[in-house]
Amino acid sequence: MKKKRLITRTIILVVMALAVGYTLYANMNKDKNNKIVVGEPAPDFVLVDMEGNKHRLSEYKGQGVFLNFWATWCKPCEREMPYIENQYQQFKDQGVQVLAIDSGETDLVVNRFIDRKGLNFPVMIDDGAVQSTYGINPLPITFLIDKEGNVVRIHTGELTEETVRAFMEQIKP
Amino acid sequence: MKEVKCECGHVNPQGTILCESCGRLLEDNEKEKQLIDMRYEGSARRSQTYNKTIIDKIWNFFSSVKVGVSLIIILLIASSLGTIFPQEMYIPPLLPASEYYGEKYGWLGKLYYDLGFHNLYSSWWYLILIAALGISLVIASLDRVVPLYRSLKNQRVKRHESFLKRQRMFHVSDAELPEEASAKIKAKLAKKRYKLREEDGDLLAEKNRFSRWGPYVNHLGLIIFLIGGMLRFVPGMYVDEILWLRDGETKSIPGTEGRYYLKNNQFIFEVYDKDKDEKVFKDAISKVGTVVKNYQTNATLYERQGDIIPGETPKLEKVRDQSIQVNKPLKIDGYALYQVDYKLGEMSKMAFKLENKQTKEQFGDLVVDLYDPKMSYDLGKGYKVEVMSYFPDFEFNEDGEPATKSRVPNNPAFIFNMITPDKPDGEVSFVAIRQNLEPLGENDYKMTFAGIETKNVTALTVRKDYTLWIIGLGGLIFMIGVVQGAYWNHRRLWIRRINGQIWTAAHTNKNWYGLKRELDEVFADSGIDAPKDQEAEDKKE
Amino acid sequence: MVELSSNFLFTAFILYLVGILFFGGAIKDKRHADKKAGPNRWAKIGIIITIAGFVSQLIFFILRWIASGHAPVSNLFEFTTFFGMSLVGAFIFIYFMYKTPLLGLFTLPIAALIIAYGSMFPRDVTPLIPALQSYWLHIHVTTTAIGQSILAVSFAAGLIYLVKSVDQQKRTKSNIWLEVVLFGLVSTLGFVFVSSYFAATDYSVNFNYINKDGQPDTEKYSLPALVGPYQYEMTDQSRFEPLFKTPAIISARKLNTVIWSIGAGIVLYGFLRLILRKRVAAAIQPWTKNINLDLVDEIGYRSVLIGFPVFTLGGLIFAMIWAQIAWTRFWGWDPKEVWALITWLFYAAFLHLRLSKGWHGQKSAWLAVIGFIIIMFNLVAVNLVIAGLHSYAGS
Repeated sequence: MKKKRLITRTIILVVMALAVGYTLYANMNKDKNNKIVVGEPAPDFVLVDMEGNKHRLSEYKGQGVFLNFWATWCKPCEREMPYIENQYQQFKDQGVQVLAIDSGETDLVVNRFIDRKGLNFPVMIDDGAVQSTYGINPLPITFLIDKEGNVVRIHTGELTEETVRAFMEQIKP
Repeated sequence: MKEVKCECGHVNPQGTILCESCGRLLEDNEKEKQLIDMRYEGSARRSQTYNKTIIDKIWNFFSSVKVGVSLIIILLIASSLGTIFPQEMYIPPLLPASEYYGEKYGWLGKLYYDLGFHNLYSSWWYLILIAALGISLVIASLDRVVPLYRSLKNQRVKRHESFLKRQRMFHVSDAELPEEASAKIKAKLAKKRYKLREEDGDLLAEKNRFSRWGPYVNHLGLIIFLIGGMLRFVPGMYVDEILWLRDGETKSIPGTEGRYYLKNNQFIFEVYDKDKDEKVFKDAISKVGTVVKNYQTNATLYERQGDIIPGETPKLEKVRDQSIQVNKPLKIDGYALYQVDYKLGEMSKMAFKLENKQTKEQFGDLVVDLYDPKMSYDLGKGYKVEVMSYFPDFEFNEDGEPATKSRVPNNPAFIFNMITPDKPDGEVSFVAIRQNLEPLGENDYKMTFAGIETKNVTALTVRKDYTLWIIGLGGLIFMIGVVQGAYWNHRRLWIRRINGQIWTAAHTNKNWYGLKRELDEVFADSGIDAPKDQEAEDKKE
Repeated sequence: MVELSSNFLFTAFILYLVGILFFGGAIKDKRHADKKAGPNRWAKIGIIITIAGFVSQLIFFILRWIASGHAPVSNLFEFTTFFGMSLVGAFIFIYFMYKTPLLGLFTLPIAALIIAYGSMFPRDVTPLIPALQSYWLHIHVTTTAIGQSILAVSFAAGLIYLVKSVDQQKRTKSNIWLEVVLFGLVSTLGFVFVSSYFAATDYSVNFNYINKDGQPDTEKYSLPALVGPYQYEMTDQSRFEPLFKTPAIISARKLNTVIWSIGAGIVLYGFLRLILRKRVAAAIQPWTKNINLDLVDEIGYRSVLIGFPVFTLGGLIFAMIWAQIAWTRFWGWDPKEVWALITWLFYAAFLHLRLSKGWHGQKSAWLAVIGFIIIMFNLVAVNLVIAGLHSYAGS
C-alpha cells in the first residue's frame, strides 16, 4: 500500500517535472533556428543564378556545399565575401561548391556587387521561399552540407578567412 | 497502513476526523469544538497523514491550500510588475531595449530593464511560478477529490448524535412526528428536488451533490488549459510569421512550406469623414481629428501545384479572392492570415529627366522601377543613362561611403553615369531625394527629378495554432466547473428519532441563508421546528 | 436621438439619488425593527424608484445604440456609465434575494458616483476603429462589465460589514484604512464637483510644450493648471500660472486632474469631519445597527460567487476569443489583459481563503474592498495611465 502510493506520487511528480523542464528549455531556445538540424538532410531548393543557370541543391550530391545567405546591406556579409571568393578558388577543384543566396534584393544591386567584389561563384536571389525553409533570421548565416547532402554545421555571423578555409576542408569529399 | 475503526464497524483511513459512514467523531481534540469542520466531510486528506520520504514532502508541499494561495498572490504581484512600463514587444523599434528603457524612463527604467522586467512574462522564474501553480492544482485536487468522493458515497442515513449536534443547523424538538406530518415534509422536500433516503423512520435528504465536484472540474479545465499553453513549445504546433506584401505583389505564405501563395491586389486604408459618414460621429471626429475606419487587403489566395521545391517558379492555382480586414482573417487549412500592419505610399517608381544644366534642354524621360532597376536606360540619339549604384535605403555608413540600410526603397539613391554625345565617357552624378552631388567634378548635365509613384504595403500575420482547441476545451471545462460549483449548493438534511425526540440537522457548503429559508418552508406547519443556526445563536448571546 | 438618450441618463441619475433617500428612510424607520415584517414601505418605494432609474438608463443605452449603430460601450464615458448601470442591475437582482434596503443605501451611491465620474469624459458618440468593429465588442465588454459589477456588490457588502464591525471607540489600523477607503469615494465626488464646475464655466487653458518623444506638442487643460507640462509655454496669458513643471514622461494634465481631485477630496472630507466631529465611518455606523453581520457576509460572498464566473467568461474567455480574432493571439500580455488576470487571480485567492482557510467576516470584507480597488484600477488607471492596446481614444 505504502509502496504503491510512493510509486504513484513519484510518477506523477516526475511527469510534471519533465513537462515543466521541457517548457523552460524550449522557452529559452525559442529564438534559435529550429528548422534546420545538424545531421539531417538539407532541404532541397532550386534557384537561378545571375548568369541564368539553374542550381538545384540535390544535384550537388557527391560534393560539399558551402551555402551562404547574405545581402549587400549587411556589413559582415560584405567583409566575408572576399574570403569566400579566395577559398572558393582553392577548393572548387576539390569538390566544394559555393552557393551564395541573396536576400531578395534587386538584380542591379546584386550584379553591381558581384562586379565590385569580383565574385566567381554562383550567386542567386531568393524572394523568401528558401530563406523561410531554412529559417533565416540574422545575416550572414552559413550552412555546411556534406557530400551526402546532410547539414554538418550551421554558423551564424561573420567568418574569417581561416574559418572559411577550415569549413571547406571539413566538407571536402 | 494504520486504519481507524469506528464503533459502527466502518474502517476509515488514517487521519479521518468523522467516520465516513456514520459521522461519529474519531479525533478526540475535535470533540471539544462546538461545531465541526465539514470542509472535506472530515475525511482524511492523504497528504497530511504521511510525511516520510522526500517525495511525500514535495507532494505535501504542493497539496497545501496555503501554498496554492501564496502562489496565486505571488503570481498576481509579479504580473502587476510587468505593467509598470511597457513590455519589450510593445516598445517602438527605434531603439534597442537596452537603451530604450533608460532613455525614456530614467534610472527606474534602467533598473526595470536590468531586472529583466521588460520581458517578464517569458522569464524563467515567471514560467516556474505558473508551473508551480499548475502542479499545485494537480496535486491539491487529487488529494482532496478522492477522499471527498469516498465519504459522500459512503454516507449513511443514520448519522451519529455527535455529528448532528455539531452541525451549524441543528435543533432538537420534544415532539412526535406523526406519519402524516412526516409525509408532508417528505413531499415538500421531494418537490424541492431533494433525494430522500430512509432507514427505520430516519431520513437523509440531499440535493445538488454534483456541485461539490465543481472545484475539481474547474481545476481540471485549468490543467488542460496549461497543457495547451505548454504544447505551443512543441515544434509544428504553432506558427507565427509576418508577410509584407506590396500592392500587386505575390509571395509564398511563410510557414506553409511553400504550399500557399498570396497576392495583394490592393491595400485599402480609410478614415472616417465627418461630412460623409453618419452625422452622429461628426463632433467626435472633428475633436479627435482622424479616426481610422478600415484596414483592408484585397487578396487572392493561390495554392501551389505539383512538387514543392523552394525557389522554383511555382505553378499556382487560384483558390479564392478574399478581403482581409481587422477582425476578419483569411483562413485556410488551419492557417489564418490577419491584417496587422501597413505602410502607405512606399516609393515604387522614380522618374527623372536628363537635362543640360546651361541650356535647360531636356533629353528624354526615364522611369526607374525601384524594385527592379535596369542597368542602363537608353534615351536615344546617343543619350544614355547607366545606373552604377542603387541604394534603396540610402545612408552614409561609418566610412562616409554611400550604403543601404535595407532592401526596402525607403530612401532611394542612385549613382548615375550620364552618357551624352558631347561626353561619351559619361559624367557621374549622385542623386538622392533632395540631393544632387557631383562627386567627380563639375558636370554639364544633371538628372532632374520628375516625380514618383508609390504603392501601399500591407502586413499580414500568419498563424497556425494547433493548441487552440485544447486551450478552448480547457476554458470550456473550467467554465462548466466554476458554474457548477458556484450556482448550485449541496444541501443535506438529517431527521432522526432519538429517545422520543426529533433531532434535525442540516448542512450546506454555502448560502446558509437560502438553506434556512428553504427549511423554514419545509417545516412550516409540521409541528416540529426547523433546524436553527447555532452560529447565529452564539452571536446573540 | 443622442440628445434624447442623454435625458434618460440624467433622469436615471436623479432617480438613483432619490432612491438613496428612500433607502435611507427605510433604515431610519423605527417600525423596521420587527424583522419578520420584511421590507417596509420606504424600502418598497426605494426599490421601485431604483428599478425606474434602471429602466430609464436602459432606454438611454438602447437609444444610443440605435443612434450610433453599435453598442455604446466603446469609449470611457459609455463603458463607465454601463458599468454603473450594471451595478444597479446587480443590486436589484441581489435585493430580491435578500431584501436588505441597507445594501441599496451603500450600492446606489457608489453606482451614482461611477456614473457621474464616467460623465466627466467626452460624451460624443465615437466611430469605431477597425479593431472594435466586431460583435465581440458587445459580447465581451458587456459581460465583463456585468461580472465586475456583481463583484462590486461584494464591495458594498464588505463596506457595510466593516462600517458595522470595525470598532470606532479607539483609533485602530482598521478604522484608519476604512477612512482611507471612504476618502477615496469622497475624492471621486470631489473630482466630479471640480470637473463639473469648470466645465460649466467653460474654463480652458492651452500650453505648448515638449512631449515625451521630444517633439513640440500642445495640450489643453479644462481645469486650472497647478502643474504645467514639460518646458511649457502658456498660450492664454490671462490664466492661472502653473506652480510646477513635470518631467516629460509624466502627463501633466492627468497629474493636474489627480491633484485637483485629491485636493477637492481633502476639502470635502475635512468639511465632513468638521460637521460630524467624528470619523465618517463612525458617523454612518448607526445606519448599520439593525443589520445582521452574517447576512451581510453572505451577501458579499454570494456576489463574489455569482460574479466570478460571469467575469471569467467575459473578461477572460470572451476576451481571449476576440483577441484571437482581432489581434491574432488570444493572449498578449497587454496591461489590460494582465490586470484582468490579476483581478481573476485575486478573486480566486479570495474564494480559496474563504473555503479552505475560513476567512469569513472582516477578513473577507477587506478582501472584497481590495478586489474592488483592483477593478477600479483596471478601469481607471490602466486606461488613463498605463495605456496599451485597450486604451480608449481621447482622455
